[in-house]
Amino acid sequence: MGPFAIARSSSLDDALEATAQPGAMLIAGGTEVLNWLKEGIVAPSLLVDINAVPGLADVQADASGLRIGALARMSDVAAHELVQRDYPAISQALLKSASPQIRNMASMGGNLLQRTRCAYFRADTPLPCNKRVGGTGCSARLGEDRAAAIFGWTDHCIATHPSDVAVAFAGLDASVELLSAQGVRTVALDGFHLVPDRAHASETVLQPGEMIRAIHVPASAAARNSCYLKVRERASYEFALVSVATAFENDAGTIRGARLAMGGVAHKPWRLRAAEAALEGTSIADDAALRRAIEQSFAEARLGRHNRFKVELGIRAAVRAVQIAGGRA
Amino acid sequence: MELSAVTSAAALLPTISVRRAEATAQPSPAAAQKTTLDLHVNGAVHPVSVENRATLLDALRDTIGLTGTKKGCDRGECGACTIHIDGRRVLSCLTLAVMTDGREITTIEGLAEGDQLHPVQTAFIEHDAFQCGFCTSGQIMSAVACIREGHAASDDEVREFMSGNICRCAAYPQIVAAVRSCSGMEEI
Repeated sequence: MGPFAIARSSSLDDALEATAQPGAMLIAGGTEVLNWLKEGIVAPSLLVDINAVPGLADVQADASGLRIGALARMSDVAAHELVQRDYPAISQALLKSASPQIRNMASMGGNLLQRTRCAYFRADTPLPCNKRVGGTGCSARLGEDRAAAIFGWTDHCIATHPSDVAVAFAGLDASVELLSAQGVRTVALDGFHLVPDRAHASETVLQPGEMIRAIHVPASAAARNSCYLKVRERASYEFALVSVATAFENDAGTIRGARLAMGGVAHKPWRLRAAEAALEGTSIADDAALRRAIEQSFAEARLGRHNRFKVELGIRAAVRAVQIAGGRA
Repeated sequence: MELSAVTSAAALLPTISVRRAEATAQPSPAAAQKTTLDLHVNGAVHPVSVENRATLLDALRDTIGLTGTKKGCDRGECGACTIHIDGRRVLSCLTLAVMTDGREITTIEGLAEGDQLHPVQTAFIEHDAFQCGFCTSGQIMSAVACIREGHAASDDEVREFMSGNICRCAAYPQIVAAVRSCSGMEEI
């Protein structure tokens, strides 16, 4: 880990000014930044500690929706009474993330800025990886690809995004409030993360000098009826092989306005748009119809050598999540 | 006699550590990127000068001399370095010491009251909840918080909320039993 200066910001203006300096990087919970520093993935000359910025950890809910401050900790959001009642997928996704210690530390804004857990990207000894050093190639493409993406990948990178709660946010039509010296803009969560592209190194639409201020989730009957299902190789403290967030209105056993997002299958939370359309008007009790509808989104899957199981696992997980949200499981 | 020997050895440790740090300091920008701050650990105030890049784990062990907190993976994966900051369990290997100025830090050394072990420490001994002991400081710090949080009502809940602490000796059944035996105790 190289040397760096540290600045503590006590206001948003301070933080924005410090962040605009060359070589500066924000730090909140630190659970990602510390590992990046230790692995040499980043080498900032200045770390800007934003934990003392007032108001940035607030969680507010009213009839129109939920606003989660970027500095709110994962454990606090997961335990928030109104989040549990009106946005259960968010609470469930958070409680299935990481460990209690990490959830106590990690911020919600930082959660969205996690980088892939691909073993080649995280290697102690740098290995060819376009994410690590541009132009060195993708070792996973012809190597260990069991955890790799099945949607939206390119030869540039086949890694998946590790966040659970980002998948819940994608399924609940959340948006991200971004702040810079130029002002505030809001982008849909579904458009916040980018698929890998040789033309740019960015993994999100966040620009230099910009920071996440909050996450907004609109209130809805579907959000109150949401759920998050995670499939992994251990019962706890493990990243997803596949995960599903779903939300829909249960109209006397018929699905209305279904939304489905998956984790562990792409470089970003992946909305199953074709399945969502096909589920409209489907009976929750009709297992065959649920499966047929969800299969439509898997027609576009592109498979590697060791990750073919993710198609069947993903379909079954999505069907199961719809059944759970429909009160059947 | 034995107790006083331990006490005087502990009193010497900070001095030894500081000397070692000065002796090995490089005349590089790294040496200049240091910060002076007060670490509040187990009720005592420790004025220290640490490199900005020092983790709290390294500051506790090498600068203050409190070696009860263990370094396992140093990547936030094993839980051996679990401590409490302002009453919440966190990982000291993923915390920069400079970001904890003035905050209340509790380590495994701060649990016992004199010779009186904390009930969770006693429970780990009674339930044979360790073999090599390397993960035990982190397990106990995590367990105390787990019980205080109200997450120790069933074996399954303990397994879920203790999942951030890995035991390479696989003493998990005994650890679950030890934590469950303290569930609901008022004095935790």
